[in-house]
Amino acid sequence: MPGVLPVLNRRAFDLSLRTAVALNCEIANFTKWDRKNYYYPDLPKGYQISQYDLPFSRAGWLDIRDSKGRFEPNKVGIIRVHLEEDAGKSMHDETAGEADSLIDLNRAGTPLLEIVTEPDIRSPEEAKAFLTELKLLLTYLDVSDCNMQEGSLRVDANINLHVPSQSGDGKIATPIVEVKNMNSFRAVERALSFEATRQFAIWQETGQKLGDVPKQTRGWDVSSQTTKGQRHKEESSDYRYFPEPDLVPVTVTKEEVAAIRDGLGELPAGLRDRLEREFGISQYDSEVLVSQGRSLVAYFAAVAESIGDGKLASNWVQQDVLRMLKERSITIEQFPIPVGELAALLKRVAARELNTSKAREAFMEMLDTGKSAEEAIEAMGIEVVEASDVEQLCRELIGSNPKTVEDFRAGKKQAIGALIGQAKKRNPNVDPAQVKEICVRLIETAQ
Amino acid sequence: MCVASNVQQISLYDERFRTVLDSSASQLLADLDAGRVSATELAKACLNRIAECDGSVGAFLSVQAESALKSAAEIDRRRANRETLGALGGIPVAVKDVLCTEEEPTTCGSRMLESFRPPFDATVIRKIRKADGVIIGKLNMDEFAMGSSTENSAFQVTRNPWNLERIPGGSSGGSAACVAAGMAPIAIGSDTGGSIRQPAAHCGVSGLKPTYGRVSRFGLVAFASSLDQIGPLARSAEDLALMLGVIAGHDERDSTSVNVPIPRYLDAIQESCKGLRVGLVREHFEAGLDDAIADAVRTAVGVLESQGAEVCDVTLPHAKYAVATYYVIACCEASSNLARYDGAHYGYRTDENEMREELANERQKLLAQGNQAAIEDLDSPLVRMYRRSRSEGFGPEVKRRIMIGTYALSAGYYDAYYLKALKVRRLIRQDFDEAFQHVDVIASPVTPTTAFPIGEKTDDPLSMYLADLFTASGNLAGICGVSVPCGFDSANLPIGLQLQGPPFSEGRILQAAANYQRETDWHLRRPPLP
Repeated sequence: MPGVLPVLNRRAFDLSLRTAVALNCEIANFTKWDRKNYYYPDLPKGYQISQYDLPFSRAGWLDIRDSKGRFEPNKVGIIRVHLEEDAGKSMHDETAGEADSLIDLNRAGTPLLEIVTEPDIRSPEEAKAFLTELKLLLTYLDVSDCNMQEGSLRVDANINLHVPSQSGDGKIATPIVEVKNMNSFRAVERALSFEATRQFAIWQETGQKLGDVPKQTRGWDVSSQTTKGQRHKEESSDYRYFPEPDLVPVTVTKEEVAAIRDGLGELPAGLRDRLEREFGISQYDSEVLVSQGRSLVAYFAAVAESIGDGKLASNWVQQDVLRMLKERSITIEQFPIPVGELAALLKRVAARELNTSKAREAFMEMLDTGKSAEEAIEAMGIEVVEASDVEQLCRELIGSNPKTVEDFRAGKKQAIGALIGQAKKRNPNVDPAQVKEICVRLIETAQ
Repeated sequence: MCVASNVQQISLYDERFRTVLDSSASQLLADLDAGRVSATELAKACLNRIAECDGSVGAFLSVQAESALKSAAEIDRRRANRETLGALGGIPVAVKDVLCTEEEPTTCGSRMLESFRPPFDATVIRKIRKADGVIIGKLNMDEFAMGSSTENSAFQVTRNPWNLERIPGGSSGGSAACVAAGMAPIAIGSDTGGSIRQPAAHCGVSGLKPTYGRVSRFGLVAFASSLDQIGPLARSAEDLALMLGVIAGHDERDSTSVNVPIPRYLDAIQESCKGLRVGLVREHFEAGLDDAIADAVRTAVGVLESQGAEVCDVTLPHAKYAVATYYVIACCEASSNLARYDGAHYGYRTDENEMREELANERQKLLAQGNQAAIEDLDSPLVRMYRRSRSEGFGPEVKRRIMIGTYALSAGYYDAYYLKALKVRRLIRQDFDEAFQHVDVIASPVTPTTAFPIGEKTDDPLSMYLADLFTASGNLAGICGVSVPCGFDSANLPIGLQLQGPPFSEGRILQAAANYQRETDWHLRRPPLP
């Protein structure tokens, strides 16, 4: 509108700084905004306030890794992170043969953080992993919920191929294609996969190298699961950038950056390392736990610490707790079983006093009724079997089943099943695995 | 042009009201407080004066008689109730049509905004209303503030009250003419390259361009963002001081407004000129300056000297680059600021039926020629709407400046023009910083000539641009400057004296101006209008 002026969004700038610091970027001591001038219906002023030559941060990185080993750990460089304003939203409605475009200007002017990586990503899987890790980081920082479906995260991917040259030494780069319009991480992965194949076919057909043709823009088309060329009238737009005269430059001191760094809290990468170290869990386990957020990690850590068994705690939190959270659509904060009670239950399991399936029954009872571990175990008539009792029972069974023992010693390992069956008949609360282990030990260590 | 209606006729020969129209705002405030006149009577006197002579002068684009009388009545009621009133307490104010006034026309002198009524008041307008100023109407101007004669208005020409065949100056020509003709005691204008000071000089009134950042630009329709400032025009430096106190101040909606204390300007102007160091710029008195103007300025400085000021020479070595630097920067910023006028959201839009017909005809022709490439390049309806709306809505000077600005910012030219201009701008500022080490105030002419005839320069834009010779450097440097009447030429056309000071020294330049006005009576002369 005539007469209005922009004002820098302080909170947006603070969140931007947090993000850039967490991405290991250098923070500029002096930064300013610039006008990017072009005409488009979703840009009501005819220019977008962005950052051109003095962005507030540059030269960072984000580490990605795959616990399943699908790619080698990779340090993805960040060229720059800058703060700009968003344009409105264009919605192209091509139903009923009409080709209407609707423009929603409500989004225009909201702060947008642009993160540009180096071309360090080497596969569609890495791209997906990068986005997943970035989203995790940004949710840990409380900067964004990075929801692609809702538009709080948008991704444009620039991809080309490096083809080994015929002579065997060096690689040849093919022309770059920018892929847009992907609305999920999976779509990004698929689009890049499709593009790689398509570009290779083009390479074989035309032999075009980087620089031979201008950069192309293609859109991901969900229905056909392909990328389609977008007709672009402008070759390279001249945005006539110049410093935004309505906004003043901003200085950021080293002290301010240090304070931000101190205030970040534990971030996903560091948290995963710590969990692996302190609780002896695997990379995969730490990934699952950390990806669920700080609160769940805290819950896990408290349980693990209490029972002294990271692996056991991790299994239960990952499988049983997480399953329940999902099934009942609740958060860990709303999860009814307190740390202490789960720990109490798991201590029993750890001590072999309670077998896993019985423990699970007790768990459900605790969940549904709010009983403590002890109360639940009692209420379900589960008797905790003391380890000494199991040992005693095994001695008795071995003593009264000499034929079975002889068969076992002779090589019929499955004979032990008979002892386990009898043990369960005598006391349904015994843990079959524990019985097997003790019987085998007793048999093998007896003369 | 709209003229006030339903205004009770007030006898022109009523001595009391003749005095009213002649008085300064400060005198009127005293009269209001003393009950010698009411706010309603004042508003009526102005509305009547408008009805009487604006037909010849053409200062107003719209008059808000009804709301003005309503505000005035309310102020009278509150005064009668002994309630505390704001600093303006019922003084009528007219506003250049470049400032947003809620639900009232704000055309910027352009067809593009002919139908535009903003949904908000500019910050300055809010302050004036809060101070109990009575806004009586919106004033004519060069389209989007681009011009030095007000001839670029899409609607009407404003004539200089001193000689109706002459320009009033621009772009705040309506503001200056309004005050000179006694249609309002105070007017608000905007100054980007001299647009307050130059018309003030041509119309024999006082006009102030505050330091960049002194007054909020929120609600000022932007021409050149780093140069625009809002300021008052009135009949005396004292009135300027009064008004500056009302409109100055930091605004969180304008990031370029500065958070510094607001001095008590009315107190500052009471100080004497003893010991004030006044500089005359060597480069100003070189060829090209009217003799009458050079003499009047030197005489005026002589008056200051007789009041105790110390006069010396200063140099502004880069003065000769000011106009070129100004025009590059202003046009570049304007080309971007005016991109929003595309016919889509507000203001003028081309006739859609005609537009579609035009496109259809073109497509037919191209199809017949089989020119496939041209067909693909043909404007979409949206682009054609932009193209036609802007071509029809903007006047020639606006288009000229948009094109110059777009060119100077474009790839390959940015460094040679815009970037270079920014660097020279810094040098110009440094010249002033250096000069102000030795003097408190720089005295200079305001214009190279007195008011030229209407139509004389319309075919020679470059010659028109040179009118900004003495004023544009002040905008580039961001410093403050005031123009006060200091004489007449042989054709009885007013001459202005400019006093410029370092950033935020408005108190001091107004002090010098007020002292000058205590000693002289140029500012008390009235144009020979009936």
